[in-house]
Amino acid sequence: MASPTVAMPRVYEERGLLSWLTTVDHKRIGILYILGAGFFALIGGLEALLIRTQLTVPNNRVLVGEAYNQVLTMHGTTMIFLVVMPVLAGLGNYVIPLMIGARDMAYPRLNAFGVWMFWLGGLFLNLSFLLGGAPDAGWFGYAPLTAKTFSKGTGIDFWILGLQLLGISSITSSINFVSTILLLRAPGLSLNRLPLFAWTTLVTSFLILFAMPSISAALFLLFLDRHLGTHFFNPAAGGDPLLWQHLFWFFGHPEVYIMILPAMGIVSEVLPVFSRKPLFGYTAVAYSSVAIGFIGFTVWAHHMFAVGLPDVVNAFFSAASMLVAVPTAIKVFNWIATIWGGAVRYRTPFLFAAAFVALFVIGGLSGLFLAAVPVDWQVTDTYFVVAHFHYTLFGGSMFAIVAGIYYWFPKITGRFLDERLGRLHFALQFIGFNLTFFPMHFLGLAGMPRRIYTYAPGLGWEGLNLLATVGAFILALGFVVFFMNIARSLAVGEPAPADPWDGHTLEWLTASPPPPYNFARIPVVRSRRPAWDLKYTGNPHPRPVVEITEGDDRKAGEDAPEGREPIHLPAPSIWPLVIAAGLTLFALGLVTHWIFLVIGVLMFALGMARWATQPLFPEVHEAHGS
Amino acid sequence: MRRAWGEARGRARRWAGGFLILGIGLTGCAAQSPSILAPVSPKGRAEAELFWFIFLITAGVFVLVETLLLYAIFRFRARDPQAIPPQIHGNNALEISWTTATAVGLAVIFAMTWRTMAATSQPPADALPVKVIGHQWWWEFQYPTLGITTANELVIPAGRPIRATVTSADVIHSFWVPQLGGKMDAIPGRENVLWLQSDVEGTYYGQCAELCGISHANMRLRVHVVSEAGFQRWVEAQRAPAAQPTEPLAQQGYQVFMSKACVGCHTIDGTPAQGKVGPNLTHVGSRTTIAAGLLQNTPEDLARWLDNPPAIKPGSLMPRLGLTPDEIQALVAYLSSLK
Repeated sequence: MASPTVAMPRVYEERGLLSWLTTVDHKRIGILYILGAGFFALIGGLEALLIRTQLTVPNNRVLVGEAYNQVLTMHGTTMIFLVVMPVLAGLGNYVIPLMIGARDMAYPRLNAFGVWMFWLGGLFLNLSFLLGGAPDAGWFGYAPLTAKTFSKGTGIDFWILGLQLLGISSITSSINFVSTILLLRAPGLSLNRLPLFAWTTLVTSFLILFAMPSISAALFLLFLDRHLGTHFFNPAAGGDPLLWQHLFWFFGHPEVYIMILPAMGIVSEVLPVFSRKPLFGYTAVAYSSVAIGFIGFTVWAHHMFAVGLPDVVNAFFSAASMLVAVPTAIKVFNWIATIWGGAVRYRTPFLFAAAFVALFVIGGLSGLFLAAVPVDWQVTDTYFVVAHFHYTLFGGSMFAIVAGIYYWFPKITGRFLDERLGRLHFALQFIGFNLTFFPMHFLGLAGMPRRIYTYAPGLGWEGLNLLATVGAFILALGFVVFFMNIARSLAVGEPAPADPWDGHTLEWLTASPPPPYNFARIPVVRSRRPAWDLKYTGNPHPRPVVEITEGDDRKAGEDAPEGREPIHLPAPSIWPLVIAAGLTLFALGLVTHWIFLVIGVLMFALGMARWATQPLFPEVHEAHGS
Repeated sequence: MRRAWGEARGRARRWAGGFLILGIGLTGCAAQSPSILAPVSPKGRAEAELFWFIFLITAGVFVLVETLLLYAIFRFRARDPQAIPPQIHGNNALEISWTTATAVGLAVIFAMTWRTMAATSQPPADALPVKVIGHQWWWEFQYPTLGITTANELVIPAGRPIRATVTSADVIHSFWVPQLGGKMDAIPGRENVLWLQSDVEGTYYGQCAELCGISHANMRLRVHVVSEAGFQRWVEAQRAPAAQPTEPLAQQGYQVFMSKACVGCHTIDGTPAQGKVGPNLTHVGSRTTIAAGLLQNTPEDLARWLDNPPAIKPGSLMPRLGLTPDEIQALVAYLSSLK
């Protein structure tokens, strides 16, 4: 029998730095996203610990005034733009082409550009700490505090340009997800068979495409205000600070769905597998994601109930915000019904996914208080809100992300994460999380505003703040165990087969880790659970795509029919990185010295020219598969 | 034996201490905090009632959902690793039921929200007007119909509604006194209206609730709710011109004040000091706190403040003026005399 003909670019077989810098393989790019997010999570986590340390006792002097505001701003910005979004993009990058039976993302070099833009944008933003001070006006950067009059340093400029660079990354990766999911699905994988993680990533990508332009425009106007003397947000000259808030939250609220929807997708993958049942109410869960996406664009002014909008406007946004609870509740009930009647296996991914449901419910319910305008007048900008959104974005997104990492780690590395360390990690994270954030509900009700670096004794806030700080360190310990678990597993973890969890979706039909071309032969899909069908419902397909138990793609290749098409893989390219570096230097030049501006433009032009003229596919040469 | 007992007792004490801290924290809400659940105004009470209404509904949902979840997780634990449970894909009747139930519950919450909002968003027509102006990092209060300007301590008569017009001189702040009801953003170029009222005499704590720069945490305020008679006395005292210093030390302080940078920023009615950047000090001696509520208005604290304002309120627009201890003592005597 003929060996599979795989057009293997030379670099794929190499290890070493250059192979990573030039990679266009969606799996390597996914790993780069996840590693970057892990790196920035360390920084963002340390910032959180600094904040909690300062607030442990009243009148503390650890992190005061401007330094506190910088750390506060960078904690929020980092966790949103440099941790949650990129780690979800990373998991999506790695898993979704495998899940839908594609060989790569639709635009591999654009994909590489996106990850480098994320890395460099994140480093650029953090560079501000070393170059005159980080941004200090909050992740929402309300004008006119961000105007030159009130923020004279370069911190705000780093923030503006850093978010623009990261926005470019998000937009390119979203274009790629939309194209990939809509166009590159395996034969038979209709949209109503699409795995939920792909569904939610698709919706999220559309959200990014429609929401990002709003903040990009707002940041651009702010930059003009600061440096060219325009007055878009300057009330003294007829501008309007509320214009900023509308533009920001038109992005900012969809942004929270951008961070939660893919997490809901992960949970919708993990719960069925570990309950050994199909997802209950697939259609309801998928369409409720779309509904959340649409409604998500009509709720932004619920961040602005206290700015003095008319009652009717407030009422509209209040109603729309409550409406989001309907599709959200549909999901929660369907998740519980998925577990109901199943054969539940308490493996670590399941623990985190189930905790996601339990904690996200709390975040969702506390959101109702914030949607009710008169209650919001009291609790907005207090620790009640801090509790609320950490229950959705940490108890929610982050727990789901960790579930996803435990779930797909064997696929990505070919090794299991340790189950005992996983349980310890889970216990610490669950206890630490609730100890940190549950008391904050009470702090908000007791009148403690957000974003204050200190508070007076005697207001009844001491005990709960102390408790929250203790919780934060337990939470941090959980992540130490997590990172230890990862390091240990990479070295000596138990080897994982192709299908370690008895999975439902296509990624479990190829080897762990998968070969560069993912599948020797593109599988044909007949249902929502192609891998399950193959194993349990009698084989509806003439023969297995692969021998699942062995997970050796080469074996599958030997089954390939005669005379089949060769597999084309795109050639590696350094130019996406060069272009991303050019843009970053350009941004640096705008803030610091003009020389970087010149270098940046030159690198950008060179990179564009070489990218455009470099052929996507290398020459085909035979790689013998045995 | 005895040592083990001692250790155990120590452990028990530590645990008890931990629970006590938790308990104090939890009960602190009601006892000593500026809690939104201890309102003293019609608006605050309406908001608290809506809070409790939503709390009842959400607490019910919370118990229901978490119970179902935990029951499902423990009841359906896989006993046989090879077992394949029945493959159920969904149930339309269930989908319709929980969707409808959720929608109905939300409609009820929205109706209550609308009712409360309509009843509290505007002050009654006969309310006393007060202008609230946020500054980095202190509060200015003007009573336009009474001709009074003061700072950081708002004095209002019990039982009388106040129409607070909230705005800002620089960046966005948010005026919030939890026990008097919800907050209102102070936005430059805009005038937002807030209904303030208290039926219970006393002093209520508040502070800025919108990140407004370095000393956002230090922008505190107090509302003194006094009797109608007490309010009239206060109004008369405030409308009187500034007291003339009589003590020699206070007279010396007057000279220091008028010859130093103080006059550039502060107003003392009836004197050459007519600056508008900082708080009006005409009756500063009558306030209970200074420095936007950071310090008590005592000679010691006032001296600390005058010596080095940015050390107490980072970023303070009032710089360290390099006053000598003698000048500070004289200024303290003068400012304290401005009752």
